Amino acid sequence: MSSATFNRSAMAAPAWVGWAFVAPFLLCYLGLLAAPVLEGFWLSFNAVDLLTGRGQFVGLANFIDLVKDEIFLRSAANTVLFAAICTPALVGLGLALALVLNRPGKLGAWLRGTFFASNVLSVTVVTLIWRLVLLPDRGLLSQALPGFAPLTDESLALPFIALVTVWWGIGLPMTLILAALQQVPKDLYEAAALDNTSRWRSFRFITLPALRRTLILVAIVQLLGQLQVFGQAQLLTNGGPNNSTRTMVMFIYEALFDQWALGYSAAAAQLLFVLLVLGVSVQRWAEKREEAA
Amino acid sequence: MTASIEFAGVAKRFGAVEIIPDFSLQIAAGEFIVLLGPSGCGKSTLLRMLAGLESVSGGRIVLGGNDVTALPPGKRGLAMVFQQYALYPHMSVFDNMAFGLRNIGVAAAEVQRRVTAAAQMLELDALLPRLPGQLSGGQRQRVAIGRAVVKEPKAFLFDEPLSNLDAKLRARTRIEIARLHKRLGSTMVFVTHDQVEAMTLADRIVVMNGGRIEQVGQPMEIYQRPRTKFVAGFVGSPAMNFLPAERVADAQGYVAVRLGNGAVLHTQVRASIESRELCIGVRPEGLKLAEGGAITGTVELIERLGERSLAHVGLGDGTVVVAEVPVQRPLAIGDVVNLQPELGHLHVFDAAGLAHHAQAA
Repeated sequence: MSSATFNRSAMAAPAWVGWAFVAPFLLCYLGLLAAPVLEGFWLSFNAVDLLTGRGQFVGLANFIDLVKDEIFLRSAANTVLFAAICTPALVGLGLALALVLNRPGKLGAWLRGTFFASNVLSVTVVTLIWRLVLLPDRGLLSQALPGFAPLTDESLALPFIALVTVWWGIGLPMTLILAALQQVPKDLYEAAALDNTSRWRSFRFITLPALRRTLILVAIVQLLGQLQVFGQAQLLTNGGPNNSTRTMVMFIYEALFDQWALGYSAAAAQLLFVLLVLGVSVQRWAEKREEAA
Repeated sequence: MTASIEFAGVAKRFGAVEIIPDFSLQIAAGEFIVLLGPSGCGKSTLLRMLAGLESVSGGRIVLGGNDVTALPPGKRGLAMVFQQYALYPHMSVFDNMAFGLRNIGVAAAEVQRRVTAAAQMLELDALLPRLPGQLSGGQRQRVAIGRAVVKEPKAFLFDEPLSNLDAKLRARTRIEIARLHKRLGSTMVFVTHDQVEAMTLADRIVVMNGGRIEQVGQPMEIYQRPRTKFVAGFVGSPAMNFLPAERVADAQGYVAVRLGNGAVLHTQVRASIESRELCIGVRPEGLKLAEGGAITGTVELIERLGERSLAHVGLGDGTVVVAEVPVQRPLAIGDVVNLQPELGHLHVFDAAGLAHHAQAA
């Protein structure tokens, strides 16, 4: 009893010590994340002149202008389409690759490494490689298919940027799903084999339920990532042809650094934020509905 | 429905490593066979080959007269209960039991009937809607058994099914499995390293060591007349006491031995043994306290187990023997005692490790 009392008094420290431990994180969080977010939110209701630094409260005017701005609407539509192509492709292809490469042996390990390798490249290198393939006239693809130049084709440019993105990013989903696959106890498949389970039913009733959480995680991470697409579109097509590959982040970037429209740019960023929240919410809703079914 | 099983010269190799060189065994329909042996003796591999989960490197496995050596697991008509239960985690208890039946297109009404009947038998009725994650270890193992029962298999295979349960539950589940066997009359092959499970469940025990059969026999036969020194040492708890001995002349036609301390024992084992260097074995219940007994030592430890007491007695040469002593007998650590083996309980092992038993036993 007495020793417990003694320990307790020895352990007791002034309240500020606790705060001191938390402070480094808290300061970074507040200064580098919370404050800019709040400031961005505030800016979106202002018309700001970057040169004089003076701002004027304009209420919802920025947002009203945005929804009337055809280029913005096009960018938003492009972004949603891009994410809608990339996310299922990355999840589906990642799953397929993981299933095929979930095997022992050197070949499997080599292939896993190969598919993951593109993941470590920077966006600059990735786009450089693919420009060499996709460039009109001089690209590898145009050598094989003369006249075929997807990046200059309004309807093909975005799907091809999506293709590049999937090539670039497939390693991570594959690796995450592989890790989840290897967590499935082997004896479940043995029990299934004794239960006369076909390969499809084994996949449907054992593998897929075991991977569910990982697939959801991969889908959310990819959705959030792809809605913020910037580098590939900027470097491969610079938003063209005819704005068919302009994305929301590109729009935000250009509004700020080309047009110096800080408030307008901030308002577009708020709408992207809403889109991100909406995307994740729809996914969670679909997941809950499936769970209940 | 229930079928006989035959292993005919079955072998298993992993690359250059030979796990099972040549295994032959006949199991009658309805028989409860326990494969008993230490870790790595090949008993689980053998069961997995029977199930079709492991390929066979040589020989044949015949099930109910049909060669099943090359058949996939699902086509053999067997059911297996795994050590880790292997229940499908995302299915309810009912679906776990019904899954195998649905896979082969059994009609829904029949699935319902069989699952309900098995659930009733194993007292799982209330658990049918639950997921495996919501069950205790013992309940999960009962579900795993239920999943096997509904298939009405030709034989049940058990791969150390009680290892993950606590002692009390293990005893209970053991009794349930024994009841199940009595009720269904099915062929059962049960793998364990636990001799109590083997002794209590088996019609016949197959003691394995290094991929080979050491002995096949009824439980008491294995216990009382072990064929080799390995079996004698592996079966029985505490283990049989072994003492090195030297053969000396005996006029009666029996083996006489001189122990390390010079004492001479005239055994009841027929003198047909060639070797001179021998080993005698006696179980704790065959080693009694006796004034002027052949073995003298100091009590190092006394285990009082309630119905009996075991004295661990250190001999001069560092060997420790275990003797069963009367419960009422006042005995203290450090006491010097004399022990005498009961000649009827004495086994003699030759240089090759083969056992020779007392005539009367």
